[in-house]
Amino acid sequence: MLDQSEFAFNELRHLVTDRAIEGETMLLNMGPQHPSTHGVLRLLLELDGEVVVNCFPDIGFLHTGIEKNMEAKSYEKAAVMTDRLDYLNNLGNNLVYCMAIEKLAELDVPIRAQAIRVILTELQRIASHLVWLGTHTLDLAAISMFWYTFRERELILDINEMVSGQRMMTTYFRPGGLWRDVPVEFEDAVRDFIRIFPKRITEYEAMLNENPIFLERTKGIGVIKPEDAIHWGVTGPMLRASGVDFDLRKVDPYMGYEQYEFDVPTHTDSDTYARYLVRVEEMRQSLRIVEQALDKLPYGPVRSNNRKYVPPPRSELGTSMEAVIHHFKLWTDGFEMPEGSVYAAAESPRGVLGVYLESDGSTKPHRVHWRTPSFDNLQMLPVLAKGHLVADLVALVGTTDFVLGDIDR
Amino acid sequence: MENELQNIVSVLVERFDVEPKEFRGQTSLIVSPEKIFEVCQSLRDEHGFTWLEVLTAVDYWPQQEPRFHVIYFLYSIDKSMRMGLRVPLPSVSPTLPTLVELFANANWRERELWDMFGIHFDGHPDLRRILMPHDWQGHPLRKDYPLGYEEVQFTFNAEEIDRDKPYAKE
Repeated sequence: MLDQSEFAFNELRHLVTDRAIEGETMLLNMGPQHPSTHGVLRLLLELDGEVVVNCFPDIGFLHTGIEKNMEAKSYEKAAVMTDRLDYLNNLGNNLVYCMAIEKLAELDVPIRAQAIRVILTELQRIASHLVWLGTHTLDLAAISMFWYTFRERELILDINEMVSGQRMMTTYFRPGGLWRDVPVEFEDAVRDFIRIFPKRITEYEAMLNENPIFLERTKGIGVIKPEDAIHWGVTGPMLRASGVDFDLRKVDPYMGYEQYEFDVPTHTDSDTYARYLVRVEEMRQSLRIVEQALDKLPYGPVRSNNRKYVPPPRSELGTSMEAVIHHFKLWTDGFEMPEGSVYAAAESPRGVLGVYLESDGSTKPHRVHWRTPSFDNLQMLPVLAKGHLVADLVALVGTTDFVLGDIDR
Repeated sequence: MENELQNIVSVLVERFDVEPKEFRGQTSLIVSPEKIFEVCQSLRDEHGFTWLEVLTAVDYWPQQEPRFHVIYFLYSIDKSMRMGLRVPLPSVSPTLPTLVELFANANWRERELWDMFGIHFDGHPDLRRILMPHDWQGHPLRKDYPLGYEEVQFTFNAEEIDRDKPYAKE
């Protein structure tokens, strides 16, 4: 058995330059426990002094076999695992999974459920960007930002808890609608957030936009040309900061996004600072969507009436034999899906999050594949890092905004 | 837009002898393993499908021929169109040409398929395991790979049980 260092060198020998074999450059591990790698990511660096010559991300430390596990669970039970993928975008994961099931089963979603889904996923987008902003600036030595952004994120997590009983692992969206309707306090809580948050974004910008240290660390670092971004499959704010106007909410609207007015922020500088500007502007736009959706939130049911897929309400169980049968069938065996395969995609805070779902006609999925944005975005990191200093690599890791749970699945 | 997609499909059917299919509004083509590189190259360079959105596989074990389907989704950002490709592969030494030259992000995705399904990609620059540890045995997403638990042994032959038990051996 080889010891760990020997193995790492043999494994990567064909990737490093000859100078590393002669000992002219140094191979250095960053992670898997380094605080700036945002999770358990190991970066093997080939360094010439402090300049990065080569960078090899080693992933899989957080691999939990979610795709395999979902194959062994019924559709409704597998929904619980979707929360655990991208743990900063739980509701977004729920949404994509439900969209795939609804597409395959041709299941309707009531308009009230659609509007609530939009409100909650947009709030989740803001929460995710707040974590990104806090940790990214923390890596760049602006520690105070972290406390401010997490203060606001707490408001959103409180709303999550109010609707679903959980701050993070919500499983609130279910095939055909929502788990249950939002409580009466929901509207006031969201209105409070809409009132408070714009001022707070202005505060963040006042602290960072002209901050000489922040500008020095971000301007001109990690420039991605638009054609390179597409070639590498980069999506989300990273793609838009390279000047490509691509947002699934606009080009392929789902959940009624076409009714809401919002802009897709883009930037042409393509560097770390541009990505910062794009994400901050995205938070403003998300807030616009939330406000519009809340203003015209329709009344009505929040879950489809199709008893082949959706269990009957509790109140019917005492009076209807049919309801008891459906309840029993759906909570023991689960629902049977039509045979076939679909692909559903939505815009997550990090880019295009998609689910490929294949059914063989039984109550368990035959195959679920998650097309996760972080996986492709991280792939570009070595290209960006080449020629930069190690300190800039920390900025690049931050600006990529990946979640390891999203990469390793 | 629908028309444009139909035109592209008919061009490809004529040139590469692919089989078009439509399900729930998604057009996919069934492509033979020898032609997948040319079909992708044609889609990328002539029809503007510049972004490889999805690359994954499905295992149909115990069906042997074809056992796997490798699935590609290409997306055209200019025209907002998505094209699915399915490549059937046999059970014995499933192999495909690599697409790394056409789409850079195919690199990790093909490594993932090698890791999870044991599908080999010819010409791949760095085909190592990506998610599982480097010394892992087997390919976890195959249908004949057990999900964590030990398989029931229908025998009293101690040697046979020992041989089949999934624990570390030297």
